[in-house]
Amino acid sequence: MTTSRARIALGIWTALVFFFLWAPLVLIGIYAFNKSNVQSWPLPGWTTHWFRVAWSDPDVRSSLWLSFKVGLLATGTALVLGSMAAFAIHRFRFFGRESISFLLILPIALPGIITGMALNSFYVFAGLGFSIWTIVIGHATFCVVVVYNNVIARLRRTSPSLYEASMDLGADGWQTFRFVTWPVLSTALVAGGLLAFALSFDEVIVTTFTAGAQSTLPIFILDNLRQGQQLPVVNVVALAVILLTIVPVVIAQRLTRESGILRTE
Amino acid sequence: MSVDTRALDQAGPPGRRARLRVSTVFWRRPWLKALSLLTPPVAAFAIVYVGALAVLLISSFWGVDAFTGKLVRHWTLDNFRQIFSFSDPTYLRIAGRTIGIAAAVTITDALLAFPLGYFMARVASPRVRGALFVGVVLPLWSSYLVRIYAWQTILSGGGVLNWSLHGIGLPSAHLAYTNWAMWIVFSYIWLPFMVYPVYASLERIPESYVEASSDLGARGWRTLRSVTLPLALPGVIAGSIFTFSLTLGDYITPLLVGGTGSSFIGNVVYENIGINANVPFAAALASIPVMVMAVYLVVARRLGAFDAL
Repeated sequence: MTTSRARIALGIWTALVFFFLWAPLVLIGIYAFNKSNVQSWPLPGWTTHWFRVAWSDPDVRSSLWLSFKVGLLATGTALVLGSMAAFAIHRFRFFGRESISFLLILPIALPGIITGMALNSFYVFAGLGFSIWTIVIGHATFCVVVVYNNVIARLRRTSPSLYEASMDLGADGWQTFRFVTWPVLSTALVAGGLLAFALSFDEVIVTTFTAGAQSTLPIFILDNLRQGQQLPVVNVVALAVILLTIVPVVIAQRLTRESGILRTE
Repeated sequence: MSVDTRALDQAGPPGRRARLRVSTVFWRRPWLKALSLLTPPVAAFAIVYVGALAVLLISSFWGVDAFTGKLVRHWTLDNFRQIFSFSDPTYLRIAGRTIGIAAAVTITDALLAFPLGYFMARVASPRVRGALFVGVVLPLWSSYLVRIYAWQTILSGGGVLNWSLHGIGLPSAHLAYTNWAMWIVFSYIWLPFMVYPVYASLERIPESYVEASSDLGARGWRTLRSVTLPLALPGVIAGSIFTFSLTLGDYITPLLVGGTGSSFIGNVVYENIGINANVPFAAALASIPVMVMAVYLVVARRLGAFDAL
């Protein structure tokens, strides 16, 4: 029951908020083609020169490669740990069940700086030197919950009679997994994995505490933004990062239809 | 119930027989399966994450030797005394700024998100709603740093903002590197976190409640105030958990768009982990956002926000 005047007002408000949400992203896309190396508006001219510069920049390449490796390793770890936890929590009732799901959510519920400095002091305490693995451990901690959410949502929507039927027909545990569980879960796993990758690829706060002197792509951007250096290269990298994180998320949403903020089911 | 596995054992090639024996072991002892599924993730979390949090908590009661800069493991409340000191309110002021801006951002996002959520839930057709939904969620997933950077360029002296202001005959705004800039950027970055729960809670209000209200003679505003708002409140509070907590723990935005003297708790924490190497003090400072969030979560739970998440 909304009057037509109210509808129009709401529509205008929605359009304005959408402009607010999207204009800055579009703007960064435009700045990537800026001819000048001064970040002012309007642009004095257009060029694709900075794409070539960014592509051949050794720092960009090495940090892109590191981010990529970290993303893959963290996603792999999260897939294994997250789906194991989801299976157990879904299938069994036991003491402390609620606290386990709470435990998994903690790394994203607490501010990133807490997770970051906790891990940092743990590494120092345990005498672990900074390496790619310290970054991977940090990223995996908050990626697990994304996979967990996706897998458990899919398990809840699947009827347990499928597994019973498979076993009644004489399948062993492996066959049930291969021919029943896997086809049911595969898209949820892919979606969870893509979201975990996007989360890891973009992470800064925890990374600044767990990377030491190593530089992932977001750290590369952060360092250059702080010092105001190489901004034309940063523009190009920024556009690439937007595309690289949005594409997996769009695919993940396609795979699972509905979506929430961190879960897609 | 017992299963005679002898018949099964004789069936099929050896590989399958071995697999069957393994499945039978797990099938007969569900606890074994639960245990083997749960141990890796829980152990990893308990050792790395919970262990780390515990170390952090404990170290906030330790000190650092003033001369050598080495960690001294004796119990002291000095860190907390230094933070909550009224004779030198540096840290209290930083905490106040952090909490104040987090509150301002939360209110701004609630005001921006509510009409948008209302439009999505009550006015838009299902097709438009789906498109709007993706349009809200995607910016959230696109790079956090890049979105801060976009605002750096927009707010800078020769940026889009001043160009537009000049275009309509207004004087330049000097927003770059101020608390105002932080307020805008935080509100921008966390807005999608508010829109989703607000939309979800509005969508759950049955149309019949709104009709009943108008049948009883309530006009639009009255219905909004007495029916819609109270029912949507848990959603707003659920969203505020994100906007508040994320602002509270951030230090990148103050670093990039805040001016001198606009440090957040996070900035001081970061400096004490890195440059000053005073982990106990950083840990004590970091306990402020944790305590604030703990209180906030208890209140939010009372108000039913957890059902709206």
